[in-house]
Amino acid sequence: MTEYKVKFEVFEGPLDLLLYLIKKDEVDIYDVNLTQLATQFIEYIELMRMLDLEIAGEFLVMASTLMYIKSRELLPVEQQVTVEGEDEGEDPRWELIRQLVEYKKFKDAAAQLQALEARQDSVYPRLPVKPTFGQEAPKDRGSVSIFDLLNAVNAVLKRVSHREDLRDIFEDKWSVSDKIEELRRLLVERGTLRFSEIFARAESRSEIVVTFLALLELIRLRHLVCSQPEQFGDIEIARAPMPPSAAEAEPAANNNHLGAAQQPAKEEDTSIKTLST
Amino acid sequence: MELKFILESILFSAQQPLSPKELRDLLATAAEHDEEGTAKPFKKTSPDAIATALEELAREHNDAARSYRLVCVAGSWQFASEPEYAPWIKALVGHRNRPTRLSQPALETLAIIAYRQPLTRTEIEQVRGVAVDGVMQTLLERGLVEQTGRAEIPGRPMQYGTTSAFLEYFGLKGLEDLPAADELRRIPVQKPESLLTVDPGLATAPPEQLQMQEQPAPEPPKDQPESQPSA
Repeated sequence: MTEYKVKFEVFEGPLDLLLYLIKKDEVDIYDVNLTQLATQFIEYIELMRMLDLEIAGEFLVMASTLMYIKSRELLPVEQQVTVEGEDEGEDPRWELIRQLVEYKKFKDAAAQLQALEARQDSVYPRLPVKPTFGQEAPKDRGSVSIFDLLNAVNAVLKRVSHREDLRDIFEDKWSVSDKIEELRRLLVERGTLRFSEIFARAESRSEIVVTFLALLELIRLRHLVCSQPEQFGDIEIARAPMPPSAAEAEPAANNNHLGAAQQPAKEEDTSIKTLST
Repeated sequence: MELKFILESILFSAQQPLSPKELRDLLATAAEHDEEGTAKPFKKTSPDAIATALEELAREHNDAARSYRLVCVAGSWQFASEPEYAPWIKALVGHRNRPTRLSQPALETLAIIAYRQPLTRTEIEQVRGVAVDGVMQTLLERGLVEQTGRAEIPGRPMQYGTTSAFLEYFGLKGLEDLPAADELRRIPVQKPESLLTVDPGLATAPPEQLQMQEQPAPEPPKDQPESQPSA
């Protein structure tokens, strides 16, 4: 056995090869001499075999069909055997020609699609960006201080304060690092979050506090920024434009107006106390 | 104010292609928010009227022979540049993420599906004469074809059809926009009355050609000097 096997890909299949042979002879598909075509086809298969190309099964099926057609033509009509139980059916020659004509049409259609594809490569749709008139100015006014954040979280805490049952003690279900992960994931998914959104599903005071600490921690690490697009509006949280790795390298350069957020995440318990008083 | 120019202004500023239905909704919204009353008359414009206006507008842009046209792709309208201006736009917008061109087998298979849909894998293979599994996988992955249902024949095989991504990829308005669509639909190829070369029992090829070759020719078959078809 030879080591090298070349996949015979010049022809898409037996029909493709037949069309090639017909085209080479410059005859109409309907006028084609099938016996001659059969000879040429089999010569090609022999050639493929000699070049040690893998011959797909379809080629062999076609070869046998052609041989059948050829053999039929060798016998006078009256001597031809009709296989019992098998209907005379379509003339196998017509069947093959019909198949060839049909395949040829789709091959031509494919060429037209190819032309369209190439054309479409050069067509550029007009896609204007959404007009952003004067969006820049309010962004500056909307920067949020730590007191804005505290006020906001206070409002949220008030919302749940009456709901909490103070007689029972629950284990802490949430940790700051979990919440950091959740916030990060949400920001990746959604791009921006509103302050009220991140507390919307909070079940208890402690969860709100832990979420708030996670938010502060992410601000301290400069992973995200807060802004207030309109006065008294909801605070918006977005991912920081700066790569966070650069910010982590210099944690000393903390944002001055967010200085209070420097509580390390480990001191969870004390900070909760501070904030819940 | 003319409807077509209103539509033109919307499409000029639109960030995505818009269908006549979407445009109708826009006209209705504009009429609701309009205080001066200029948008009111267009509140209840039908999608058909919008489509007609768009066709007219597209014709006008066509006749103006400018560098861009109003085009309809997959039923939605947008402005697009003419292909011959691609070199300059390419320089402006840089590399564009167009998927790689389709291979010959993929294009053939896609053509068969596009014209004959819905149809089963077996039906595609009958036309192409070869298995289409690998090619179908590619077409499905690229979202150009999709499963549309099952044929009500034994085994209930999957049927396939093209998607709107197909229309977008080739810049087609709809399936009726396919080149030579009517000819390639399900109409079977007509059997010619008397074109077949020979009748059974009448060998047309000369005897020497009908002989079996013991030794196959080592080179590809050259043009056979033997007889041309008799017809």
